[in-house]
Amino acid sequence: MRIRTAGVVAVLGLALAASGCGDNSKDEPAAKESPKAASGKLVIWADDKRTAALKPFAEQFGKDNGVTVEVQAVSKDLQTNFVTASQQGSGPDVVVGAHDWIGNLVQNGAIDPVQLAAEQKSSFNETAIKAVTFNGQLYGVPYATENVALIRNTALAPEAPKTIEDLVATGKKLKAEKKASEILCLQSGQNGDAYHVYPLYTSGGGYLFGTTANGDYDPKDLGVGKPESIAAFQKIAKLGEKGDGALKRSITGENSIATFTGKKCAFLVSGPWAIADAKKANIAYDISPVPGFAGGKEAQPFVGVQAFYVAAKGKNKALAQEFVTNYVTKPELAVALYQAEPRPPALTAAFEQVKGTDPDLAKFQEAGKNGQVLPAIPAMAAIWDPFGKAEAAVIGGADPAKTITAAGKTIAGQIK
Amino acid sequence: MSTSLSGPGSATQAPGREPIRSGLPRKSRDARNHAPITATGLVVKVVLLGLVAGIAIWAAFPLIEARMWVGLAILGATTAGLCYLYLTRRHIPAKYLVPGTLFLIAFQVFPVLYTASTAFTNFGDGHRGSKDDAIVAIQSSSVKQVAGSTEYALSIATKGDPTAGPLVFLVTDPKTGAVSAGDGEGLRPVDAGSVTVSPGGKVTAAEGYTILNFGQASARSPEITNLVVPTPGGALRSNGLSRAYEGKAIRAYDAGCDCIEDSETGKTWTADAATGSFVAADGERLTQGWKVSVGLENFHRVLTDPNISGPFFGTLIWNFAFAIGSTGLTFLLGIAIALALYSPRMRGTNLYRVLLILPYAMPSFAMLLVWRDMFNTDFGLVNNLFGIGVDWFGETWSARAAVLLVQLWLGYPYMFLVATGALQAIPRELTEATSVDGASPWQSFRAVTLPLLLVALSPLLIASFAYNFNNINAIWFTTEGGPFPADNPTNGATDLLITYTYRLAFGAQGAEFGMAAAVSIFIFAIVATVSAISFRRTRQQEEVYS
Repeated sequence: MRIRTAGVVAVLGLALAASGCGDNSKDEPAAKESPKAASGKLVIWADDKRTAALKPFAEQFGKDNGVTVEVQAVSKDLQTNFVTASQQGSGPDVVVGAHDWIGNLVQNGAIDPVQLAAEQKSSFNETAIKAVTFNGQLYGVPYATENVALIRNTALAPEAPKTIEDLVATGKKLKAEKKASEILCLQSGQNGDAYHVYPLYTSGGGYLFGTTANGDYDPKDLGVGKPESIAAFQKIAKLGEKGDGALKRSITGENSIATFTGKKCAFLVSGPWAIADAKKANIAYDISPVPGFAGGKEAQPFVGVQAFYVAAKGKNKALAQEFVTNYVTKPELAVALYQAEPRPPALTAAFEQVKGTDPDLAKFQEAGKNGQVLPAIPAMAAIWDPFGKAEAAVIGGADPAKTITAAGKTIAGQIK
Repeated sequence: MSTSLSGPGSATQAPGREPIRSGLPRKSRDARNHAPITATGLVVKVVLLGLVAGIAIWAAFPLIEARMWVGLAILGATTAGLCYLYLTRRHIPAKYLVPGTLFLIAFQVFPVLYTASTAFTNFGDGHRGSKDDAIVAIQSSSVKQVAGSTEYALSIATKGDPTAGPLVFLVTDPKTGAVSAGDGEGLRPVDAGSVTVSPGGKVTAAEGYTILNFGQASARSPEITNLVVPTPGGALRSNGLSRAYEGKAIRAYDAGCDCIEDSETGKTWTADAATGSFVAADGERLTQGWKVSVGLENFHRVLTDPNISGPFFGTLIWNFAFAIGSTGLTFLLGIAIALALYSPRMRGTNLYRVLLILPYAMPSFAMLLVWRDMFNTDFGLVNNLFGIGVDWFGETWSARAAVLLVQLWLGYPYMFLVATGALQAIPRELTEATSVDGASPWQSFRAVTLPLLLVALSPLLIASFAYNFNNINAIWFTTEGGPFPADNPTNGATDLLITYTYRLAFGAQGAEFGMAAAVSIFIFAIVATVSAISFRRTRQQEEVYS
């Protein structure tokens, strides 16, 4: 409640900023190069961590080929900034990001398909190639995959649970013995988290989108609101606050890893990014697939892929294609990016190379082996928010059937 | 020349020559016109006008590149006008008014007009660019490699000058090793004796051609990307700078039927100008659409769509409650503390003042996040401290109470500060006089102190109300608008109109700028009306008390 000079003027400014019409250049990185400088220069946008890893390789590429390569860090809202900038003609030539951006980037005409030779394609993990394929076209070159798994504190729970029921029983026992205060650290928060709850949802029988004949996700066949999804959420509700109390809204994205490293819960559902914290906290841990419900289907986590994209409106598309298709496909770069942030490389050769030094990697890979590729279709954008909020409501004790049917209706209304 | 200049310089003239202020306007103007030009004034003028010219030149290039002639004309006219204005001795009032007016237009009028015009379009994800952009995107994203075709090793070459000569693709068939040269006319075999081929298959030298290195080639990147060498099966295109493939654009635009045709399946998608997308007979839409005007549809949707209008009015009411509540509560607490510390019997007031200002000194962004964690049901300080298990952000009323509490904590120091200041401006004799007349302290506060305080604080209260009406941080960093009803994930119990709009415009569902602009206009109208009415009432109040 700061007032200061506020007044109508500030209010107007706020309203305009919120509508995206205020000052468009505000959030953009200082990347506005002069139009004349475009020749022989490749501009890459990535987030902070990847920028640091990419820089030496990009410089090497530049030196080898007599061009300048600039890697620019866009620390916030990379996707939105990229779409806005490319629309204004001030975007980069190459952008690095998650594969579920593809649908949105394509519908805004921001990226072009890439052409990989057959032997290049076969050097990648199959799931990764499937993830970057949209409308039958390859839109990016993947470099790393990621998925959630069950990370467990082996001092508290030496055995990997076979089912969720096993896990809950162990968790309750630990709670009764005052060795832990929570059964399971699976982040939800007041607004839910579709990504982390997804393995339970699939184990309960639910699905998001059906698939078309060619294996693509079909936005017309929406699974949320169908009887399968109701059945899945009824099982989830049993784990919720009015049931076992294994799922709680008080466990959020901000505190879930800290609660686990603080030894307040024995089980954490998270991705490779949580490992660094667990190591720092000196916790004896092991990684296993997220267990499903007893007698239920297999729990399938989402598999996400990080990829390089060629900007459709880049000033130096030929060089961008050269970099993305012939240079990013080299294992050395994938290994370096792995060292910047430990996610399993998508290139099989690179994965083999780092597997030996990092046993966690293979375990995460194993946990994601039967995972589902995170849908990249634009319709997926309509899922996250309503699905998460319905999840939070059900965990809080709302009626699953009513909640999920309503969420399904909202989602269907948003898919054009 | 220099003596005919005037402007900022005339203000720095020697004091002795200052025209007499009480003189006639005419006389003062005369004096200004004949004022000598000082060196400082000249330098200031040259620097400032140089800056103007510099900015104009900097802004002109992108405008020329984008072929925005209207924008360029406005830029030129503005710059010329500014130069004229400050290089003549006339138009003294305009010299002061013009900069402010320009800033007003650039930072207020233009954004308002832009928002207003956006509100009538479907601008948003999937509908950002023009129809031509959409067509280009559809065609280029439909280029597929011809099944079973060859991947060629590619070298980019020119005939003659590397920077300007016509481009030629020198491609090597990996199976036969045969080299061909391709340009817009097609592929021609090249005599094997006249070329040198590296072990990787790339041509490294060829008679009559200059092979471009990556640096030279990338300087001509757009030409390379656009060069398509026709072949019987499709066309040879570059894939980067070292490979070429035979590809075919499966989808093409046909201006005759204003539709996109798929040559593989024979399906067509006809342009629909009302929605800005290509739609097939079976209702399937192509992903890439374009921006079109949708008239009043966005406003219509706000008022009639049951998913929007129902929550919209509910949100509006809570929005008023929140703004009045956070302004009112902070005002009450601030004034109460200010009065307590103002009492002459109070000891150690300085210490209290320092302690009370502390919340004000913390960055509110960080404090909002800290408060969010403090209200966590299981791990939060609030519940742990009092040993309770309230699901603060999970229930409608507790969440509303919580955000108001946070607002109170963040906001009362400000009210306390201004109230202390205002109190000190009220002479103590007035309250002493009332006590002599036999009034109780409460009566004297009601009758004398409060009205005088309100005269000073009313404008601040209105500003505070207007600010809180759109206080997006207060909600976004704590509850994100939640808790949400189980059957409606779009509109939560603590949502303000601005958080609701923000979710519409930049939320997870993808950007809907047109719709958000329409809601912004509603918000603007509401805030403007409320402020106008309140300021009018304040003025009346001032007349009463003064």
